[in-house]
Amino acid sequence: MAGNAAFKKVRLKTEPSADDLRELAIGDVVYLDGTVYTAREGVYRRVIEEGEPLPLDLPAQSGANFHSSPAATINPEGTFIIRAVTATASFRFSKWIGQWLDKSGAKLILGKGGMSSADYRQHFVPHGAIYLTTVGYGTGALLGRGVSGVKSVHWRDELGLAQAMWVIRVENFGPFIVESDLDGNSLFERENAKIAAGLDKVYEGTRPAVLKRFGETDDRSDEVI
Amino acid sequence: MIPIDLIQSTAVSLMDKAAIEIPDDYLSGLKQAAAVEDGDLSSFVLQAMLENYKAAKEDRRAMCGDTGCPRWYVKMANEATIEGGPVALEAALRRATAQATNGVPLRPNRVHPLWRTDHDNNVGINAPEIEVAFEPDGDWIDLTTVHKGGLFGTDYRMLFPSDGIEGIKRFYLDSLVAFGKRGLSCQPAIIGIGLGGSKDTCMVLGKRAACLRTVGDRNPDSGIAKLEEEFKELGNSIGMGAMGFVGKSMVIDCHIEVGYCHTGGMQMSVHAFCLSSRRACARIHSNGTVDYRTDPQWFTPYQRRETVEWPATQPSRKSA
Repeated sequence: MAGNAAFKKVRLKTEPSADDLRELAIGDVVYLDGTVYTAREGVYRRVIEEGEPLPLDLPAQSGANFHSSPAATINPEGTFIIRAVTATASFRFSKWIGQWLDKSGAKLILGKGGMSSADYRQHFVPHGAIYLTTVGYGTGALLGRGVSGVKSVHWRDELGLAQAMWVIRVENFGPFIVESDLDGNSLFERENAKIAAGLDKVYEGTRPAVLKRFGETDDRSDEVI
Repeated sequence: MIPIDLIQSTAVSLMDKAAIEIPDDYLSGLKQAAAVEDGDLSSFVLQAMLENYKAAKEDRRAMCGDTGCPRWYVKMANEATIEGGPVALEAALRRATAQATNGVPLRPNRVHPLWRTDHDNNVGINAPEIEVAFEPDGDWIDLTTVHKGGLFGTDYRMLFPSDGIEGIKRFYLDSLVAFGKRGLSCQPAIIGIGLGGSKDTCMVLGKRAACLRTVGDRNPDSGIAKLEEEFKELGNSIGMGAMGFVGKSMVIDCHIEVGYCHTGGMQMSVHAFCLSSRRACARIHSNGTVDYRTDPQWFTPYQRRETVEWPATQPSRKSA
């Protein structure tokens, strides 16, 4: 695998124990074995806002929620083809994530770009959950190689292929990087802080626009998420 | 006369190539970035991407699971005729898009903005975009498909002459920093900048600058070429690399395209063509031969012309 021996590389089950998660530090590289399912705004709306019951037994069947839509197709005879998978940006799901962790018992949220450390502290830490970010983005072909089969697809007609809940068997599925730990620390925010320290110098010789925008800020430690 | 079946089958192949094969120019650019990247996390990410491109080609699977929003750029040489005419051409490209979405497969990303209706084939109202341009001399058509990601890394701003280069730099940096954090723009990217035109033209020019020019290509205006070099350097000096980790690989190349604008304004757009810079092209000749390539050769002297007349005898040249 890609790599740099400096990074700790871990094989993790998709229903990890609290001890397994305590071993992980932000920046560690993780590969998953077991079962993951996709759930994003379509599924969240359906379950949390419309009160639909979960179509599978969670977290017994999987503790890993992947913010993703696979590049996949369903053959006329009902078989599935998944070739590449990549995550979608997770910050957009902030308003549902607390209730989702309640209902699903998920311990691993997999996605792109992480969420804010405020979300981690408010929602992830009390549920003993962590966030794993995909790499790249996106290593769709490498992740596709880690998919060993499709167990089931739920709400395909109601939500369409992209928003449906794909339940996927995975083996050595990765790479992922640990973005948040059990204490709610964020790797992205740590990196942001380091970079922000040098930005004033980079901006030397530039000038704010003559025509302003409502709500505009010059605080470059800010984020757009 | 170019047969419509040939257009459709070529278009299906292009969809497949675009999704699976990283263009050589981008790959070389990324390898150069990887060679000098010293941020440990950023380096890890770039190495993983290099492996990913290899895996995609070996397995013939899409390099990224988010296969973007497929779109088409068609260039018709002046003497080319298409069997069935332009309406048949559009139908062939829509069919090829739907067929490849289920065939490669691609992610069916396209939905209705309000009703979220999903045809599961990337075809719908105004999708895929099909943009057409013309070129003097010749009887071929060029088909280019671009599968650009659709959510982050692009912004538009109305600037004014008094903003000057300092204002252009500020908006450029703002766009890179804002969307670079957490790697939302999937950098290192090919950054396209549109300057001038009208608001819509400005967006179109910037997007084309990002998607239709190759790494290493320079604008023929030496002043603009110099800015492109300077902006590439500036982007890579932010201190940020892949995924927003500490590093120095944000920009694989920077391309700027301009259009004449209102005398009081200086419109600016910034576009990021991501780590999976997906584009594939083919020239279909009237004799039925097809030449595949990855350089769209879109910005010819004819496309950038500024005079009223274009001398019919002047040969069209590929952009340098």
